[in-house]
Amino acid sequence: MASDEVKLLGAWPSPYVLRARIALNIKRVNYEFLEEKFGTKSDLLLKSNPVHKKIPVLIHGENPIAESLIIVQYIDEFWASGPQILPSDPYNRAVARFWAAYIDDKWYPNARAILMADEGEAKKAALQGAIEGLNLLEDAFLKCSNGGKFFGGDKIGYLDIALGGFLGWIRVIERMGDVTLIGNCPNLLKWGENFAGDDSVKDVLPETEKLFEVAKFIVAKTKASAKH
Amino acid sequence: MAEEEMKLFRSWSSPFGMRVVHALKIKGLQYETILEDLSNKSASLLNYNPIHKKIPVFVHNGNPICESLVILEYIDETWTQSPLLPQDPYAKSTARFWAKFGDDKVMPSIWSVFTSQGDAREEAIVQAKTNLEFLEEEIKGKKFFGGEAIGYVDLAFGWMANLIGILEEIIDLKLVDAEKFPFLSAWMSNFYDDPAIKEFWPNRDRMVEKFKAMRELHLNKVA
Repeated sequence: MASDEVKLLGAWPSPYVLRARIALNIKRVNYEFLEEKFGTKSDLLLKSNPVHKKIPVLIHGENPIAESLIIVQYIDEFWASGPQILPSDPYNRAVARFWAAYIDDKWYPNARAILMADEGEAKKAALQGAIEGLNLLEDAFLKCSNGGKFFGGDKIGYLDIALGGFLGWIRVIERMGDVTLIGNCPNLLKWGENFAGDDSVKDVLPETEKLFEVAKFIVAKTKASAKH
Repeated sequence: MAEEEMKLFRSWSSPFGMRVVHALKIKGLQYETILEDLSNKSASLLNYNPIHKKIPVFVHNGNPICESLVILEYIDETWTQSPLLPQDPYAKSTARFWAKFGDDKVMPSIWSVFTSQGDAREEAIVQAKTNLEFLEEEIKGKKFFGGEAIGYVDLAFGWMANLIGILEEIIDLKLVDAEKFPFLSAWMSNFYDDPAIKEFWPNRDRMVEKFKAMRELHLNKVA
């Protein structure tokens, strides 16, 4: 099984796909990156993720795994001899899982709404929510990092990957929405720089400029279809 | 030997709290229950879960763990008897996938059917049945999602075993009928009656009353 092929179905702008790529890099796993064309879904994607029809999907041998955080945990558990992604202590694991779920279920929907909402109350509320959330994550960082550069301590861990997947998008939202998000959180700001420069991240982190172009297109498209 | 101090903050009816109750029973663990009145949350609860202010919260030796599925994994990793999750990484990822599908898609789609009317309800039924078909396929040929014994996915979907029947009764609509969903129906029955599970179901009349009221409230808000 260890010599089985590893494929990752994804798209370069996706924060969720980025999470999987970073995890594979941490474990030094060789994989084939199969880029999905924007606006279409390949037969392989529909076959390997029939429930959600979404990327990323990790295909290990015959086995497809979907949902980015589930993929990251799978990578951590299958390639157990590599650097550990989740903490070893069950309580610290629970804390990391809690914050990762918070980021996906509560924090990112708020951040995303800053771009998608129309000007006025809705945008203000989204911004407020996103800022409060980042303040909570700034606190969580101080508690989890134990003086280290990352949520995981001295090296990148699960929570770094969970939030780090969105780093490029945070910068895009700040620029497009003309707002300050991570800029007001000194520890997270520093964390972001360290994260972006890490060996397992720097070659796969999309350039903010390129993400910005994609974002403009997506926002315009989403707003246009919302009006119909 | 250190005293293991365990507390579970939950409500009388929450299916999320019930997951933890079931898990602790399967593991054979003793703990203190704090039943919360969600309209008047205790200072302890707010202290242990300041972010979401929700139940369940499981406290182990002073450390609070929030979010029911996170709690389940914590319990499974800390007490290794009667495992809830499989050992194999791929089987484990599949279990986590289905549990997440349950919370993200199945539960909201059933709720949509329960709280909508007319055309909106017809659309909601289609979506709910699509989701149920995936579950039927997954449980086919197995007694439990976990195989021979109740596991993580069974606990994640446990709410269906008592609540589906209650919701169906209130709106007079059969969603999980035994003809179209034979395996899922059988699973619901097996889970409901399992000795580790059965003693904990909340009072049915009280549940009917509660969900009738929730539906009224929802319909009046939308109207």
